[in-house]
Amino acid sequence: MLEGKTTTAGLKVQQRTAAQSKTREARQRTLFLWGLLGPTVLIVLAVVAYPFVYNVVLSLSNMNIYHIRDWEVIGLQQYASVLTEPAVWVVFFKTVVWTLVNIVFHVGLGVWLAVILNKAFIVGKPAWRVLLILPWALPQYITALTWRGMFNYEYGAINLIGGVFGMDSIAWLTSPFEAFVAVILTNIWLGFPFMMVVALGGLQSIPGELYEAADVDGASEWTKFWKITAPLLRPVMIPAITLGIVWTFNNINVVWLVSNGGEPNDQTHILVSYVYEAAFSMYRFGWAAALSMVIFGILFLFTQVFLKKTNATEAAY
Amino acid sequence: MAKPNSTNLGGMIWAYAVLAVFAFISVYPITRIITVSLRPGDRLLSTSLDFIPDGATLDNYRVLLFETPFLRWLFNSLLVSVVVTITGVALASTAGYALSRYKFRGRNSMLGGLLITQMFPATMLLLPLYVVLINLRLLDSYLGLVVIYSATALPFCVWQMKGYYDTIPPALEEAARIDGCTPWQAFYRVIFPLAAPALVITALFSFMTAWNEYVVANVVLQDTAMFTLPLGLKMFQNDMSTQWGLYAAGALLVSIPVVGLFLILSRYLISGLTLGAVKG
Repeated sequence: MLEGKTTTAGLKVQQRTAAQSKTREARQRTLFLWGLLGPTVLIVLAVVAYPFVYNVVLSLSNMNIYHIRDWEVIGLQQYASVLTEPAVWVVFFKTVVWTLVNIVFHVGLGVWLAVILNKAFIVGKPAWRVLLILPWALPQYITALTWRGMFNYEYGAINLIGGVFGMDSIAWLTSPFEAFVAVILTNIWLGFPFMMVVALGGLQSIPGELYEAADVDGASEWTKFWKITAPLLRPVMIPAITLGIVWTFNNINVVWLVSNGGEPNDQTHILVSYVYEAAFSMYRFGWAAALSMVIFGILFLFTQVFLKKTNATEAAY
Repeated sequence: MAKPNSTNLGGMIWAYAVLAVFAFISVYPITRIITVSLRPGDRLLSTSLDFIPDGATLDNYRVLLFETPFLRWLFNSLLVSVVVTITGVALASTAGYALSRYKFRGRNSMLGGLLITQMFPATMLLLPLYVVLINLRLLDSYLGLVVIYSATALPFCVWQMKGYYDTIPPALEEAARIDGCTPWQAFYRVIFPLAAPALVITALFSFMTAWNEYVVANVVLQDTAMFTLPLGLKMFQNDMSTQWGLYAAGALLVSIPVVGLFLILSRYLISGLTLGAVKG
């Protein structure tokens, strides 16, 4: 009896200390977790979450150059004004064209070059790879400023080379359509290596036997590409394409620097450069904040739908 | 888009031709920068397409280094970039570790929230922060710049670090814990050194975010002496009188180190990206 008592008591003590050390461990774990995450959470709250909320407030306010300190919340007026301004719709259309054309060329050229570079008979692969990756490595603003120089009417390399082949000089930077083509060409140049590298990574994981089997069946290169390469590259390319679309849609650097802030005559804009100008050249703060929200809304909805759609079809493979 | 047939000679020639054309297109603009930077001052506006210009000289580099604020801008850019790099590595390596190893409430929304920030247009954070900086009279200071750059670089860095930690087996920390390490020691002494490749990429990415940034700096900095390199180089490209020689010389000097680093490390950059993207 006595013995039994002490054992149960001892067991209880043991259990208690076990429970204690368990809670201590849990507390330690929480403390450690917050030690790791805390600084990042604080910074993100201060410089991402707070400005985001502030931007929402600004988008509901009348803040501009005349009301920089005595601004007040006026409701949804700015959104109404954004959506009813015809220029916004024109710029939106241009942004969609800009994004689509760029992504089609980035992915098309990137995958094409990756497939060629992946062929067994190509000699000096690392060297080709380095040469083809250079446009991605060069700082974007330098790419943009350099291409602006190359598009110069009289002294730019593009017209000079065109002249060698007997083409007439094109007023790249002073006519609206040509300027838009110029910014797109620049961005295609700097964007295809990213997709190429992603595709090269994806190609490594496709087993060679698949192609051998296809060869036995006498499949053409074209069939092999669409029946083997394309479907198996999909899972790798979809996240890259999603990112690429978001980045391109928001890529202010190239548009702003090649067209020198929308030249000629504010005709060369995508939404993000348009809102940048509204905010920092015209000081329409409330209006710009509302347009920022609209851009974010578009991208958010797009990625949700795009990822859901592509995931759904992915299950078919 | 015709497909080359790998088995015959024609296909091989075609493949090499395509590679050669695109390699030329990739390299050509860079050769133009070199050419223009070597032109003597009186021949900057030239219609020549020669690679080495007539009367090639390093004069533009001399003027750039000793008669413009280039070195001052270089110092400013280095200062901002180094601070952003340190912040990025310190925060992303710890936060990424927590997100990789621990399951806790709010983890998924935290990861999702970080991704959502990638969809913000440039003005989304810049405009409110600009208004705050005006009110705090902090325009024309590096603090604002460093804060915005860190916020821009952090989400990608955290994802990238998390993705890398996911590939390190947790058994390593467990073994360290059994040997008597505290959780912090297990992280700092065992896992942190193993994550060196990812840390290098995080550092490179943070550094390049700050080193290559124009749009934010253009709003925050107004005094020429405070300029970072992108603002300075853009200044040479004035509408009225573009100083092409100075611009080209500067562009080359600024690009060489980052392009070199990038070429060496790009292989890891992309693997980090796909790891981060594929693993939820």
